Amino acid sequence: MTAPTETDAGAPTGTGGTGKTGGTGTPGAPLRVPRWRRSLRPYLLIVPALLLTGGILYPFGLGLYYTLFDFSATKPQPDLVGLENYLTIVRQDAFWRSALVTSLYAIGATAVETVLGVGVALLLNRSSRLGRVLEKVLILPLMIAPVIAAIMWKLMLQPSVGVVNYLLRPVGLGGVQWTDTPTGALLSSIMVDVWVYTPFVAILALAGLRSLPRSPFEAAAVDGAGWWFTFRRLTLPMLWPYVLVAVIFRFMDSLKVFDIIYALTEGGPGDSTVVLQIRAYLEAIRFQRYSLGISYMIILWAVVYLASMVLVRYLTRAQRRAAEAS
Amino acid sequence: MNRRNRLTSVAANAALVAYFMFALFPVAWMAILSLKPADQLFNTYFSFSPTLETYRTVLGAAGDEGVPFVRFFVNSLVVSVGAVALSLLIGLPAAYAAARWRFRGSENLMFTLLSFRFAPELTVIIPLFVLYQQLGLFDTYVGMIWVLQLVTLPLIVWIMRSYFSDLSPELEQAALLDGYNRRQAFLRIALPLVKPGIAAVGLLAFIFAWNNFVFPLILTSSEAQTVTVGALSFLGGDRPKYNLTAAAALVSVVPPLLLALTIQRYLVRGLSFGAVKS
Repeated sequence: MTAPTETDAGAPTGTGGTGKTGGTGTPGAPLRVPRWRRSLRPYLLIVPALLLTGGILYPFGLGLYYTLFDFSATKPQPDLVGLENYLTIVRQDAFWRSALVTSLYAIGATAVETVLGVGVALLLNRSSRLGRVLEKVLILPLMIAPVIAAIMWKLMLQPSVGVVNYLLRPVGLGGVQWTDTPTGALLSSIMVDVWVYTPFVAILALAGLRSLPRSPFEAAAVDGAGWWFTFRRLTLPMLWPYVLVAVIFRFMDSLKVFDIIYALTEGGPGDSTVVLQIRAYLEAIRFQRYSLGISYMIILWAVVYLASMVLVRYLTRAQRRAAEAS
Repeated sequence: MNRRNRLTSVAANAALVAYFMFALFPVAWMAILSLKPADQLFNTYFSFSPTLETYRTVLGAAGDEGVPFVRFFVNSLVVSVGAVALSLLIGLPAAYAAARWRFRGSENLMFTLLSFRFAPELTVIIPLFVLYQQLGLFDTYVGMIWVLQLVTLPLIVWIMRSYFSDLSPELEQAALLDGYNRRQAFLRIALPLVKPGIAAVGLLAFIFAWNNFVFPLILTSSEAQTVTVGALSFLGGDRPKYNLTAAAALVSVVPPLLLALTIQRYLVRGLSFGAVKS
């Protein structure tokens, strides 16, 4: 094992440059701490975190192990079945329907939130008096538990007695079925997601807008560049790394959506909004087919993990390009 | 200001107002709904005779509606505070070590922690559901605090590392020259300097722990159940009690909302795991 090297930025190097100034705690009597103890120090600091990490990785590993068996409530003494669970899943139409709904949900919600969030940020960045007041409450929906948000919308979207249809009645739309049709249920869930998470994108985009350098914009204004040209050629490219962070968080999180669907549609009507985490919940908790349920989750975990690798690599490249540009 | 500019500014304000109506109306509507007496629940919209009876039922002694909502509230408080305290205790030294030394495995540990943030919760919860039943941790505070580390620990370690990295090491070096040891330099120099960061990230972690739904849904049943699961209980039965549900929803969002307003300035770094600093 190599000894830890102290980084340039954080080097507590002291006089000698190699960190000889450990000290013993008695002020005025600096003593040399043995090298082996010094190299051990960062490890001692992170031991609790490592233990806790292990405590979380253990159930994950246990879950992975379970997927090789046919463990369920009716079969507490399971048999080894190899990859049978995974094969069962990919042969099920239900899995592919869930995969499709999950993708539609994640892409739809992320796209709308990105456009709307950046739009709200641009409007707030104009810093009108109204904007300054509204900015204070921008965070509100984001701090409400998604499940509570879904409950709130469920009450409002009730077709016969809900307030949304009541308000839409004057424009002749009083009979919208919202969560009672398959398409409506998916769109309604996406709308609740948009309600909760648009502020997330807006807050990050606003922070980005406020940290952009001024001089390119002043130069463009002097040259008489139009709003669209400035936005397209200056604002957007420089803002993109900030937006991308938000997009990555939102896309990965919406792939594993659970709370909103559980409270708003319970996966219905039929199984039209059963996204992958809901499917796993139904299999593992409701039907108590533990192995099958975990297998669903391992597949989703692999997808999320791959997506994150691709997106993070893209983000790093975009950040480098933006740094070079400015 | 010329005519064109004024038109743009009116349009911009109109668009802002439209978005904020969408964003704020549901909360206002919950307040209205929560004041409705049961007999005016389904036949009135904006004009009715308001009552505080709903809050008395929701917050009253368990049994009024058979839902011990106050206990759920206390449970949420206990497990969220517990989870944040444990995460700070464990996460602060780890964050400091990761910021000050580059040692073998430090990046791996950091990214393993980050991957917890993005892992689908059920991947871990379903095995834990089985495990907790065997260990007797099902429906207990300890079980909940333990599993909430998935939410609070990555957040705290990642953000506090970014705070410690921003801190110039010179002060600590000076302290070391003065005969402090590492532990004293950490406790007496570095830690007080990042205190605002600790407060902000602690509160943000509390909010996320409080708002969590899937862990208490699966790993608790009645003793350690929290408000996010409890708020659903008024919707059960043949006659859903919309007014009670609205009151419960409002009561359960008060703590996170109040805390969020106090840490507005630090939210950007917190929400993006230190990826965006403002």
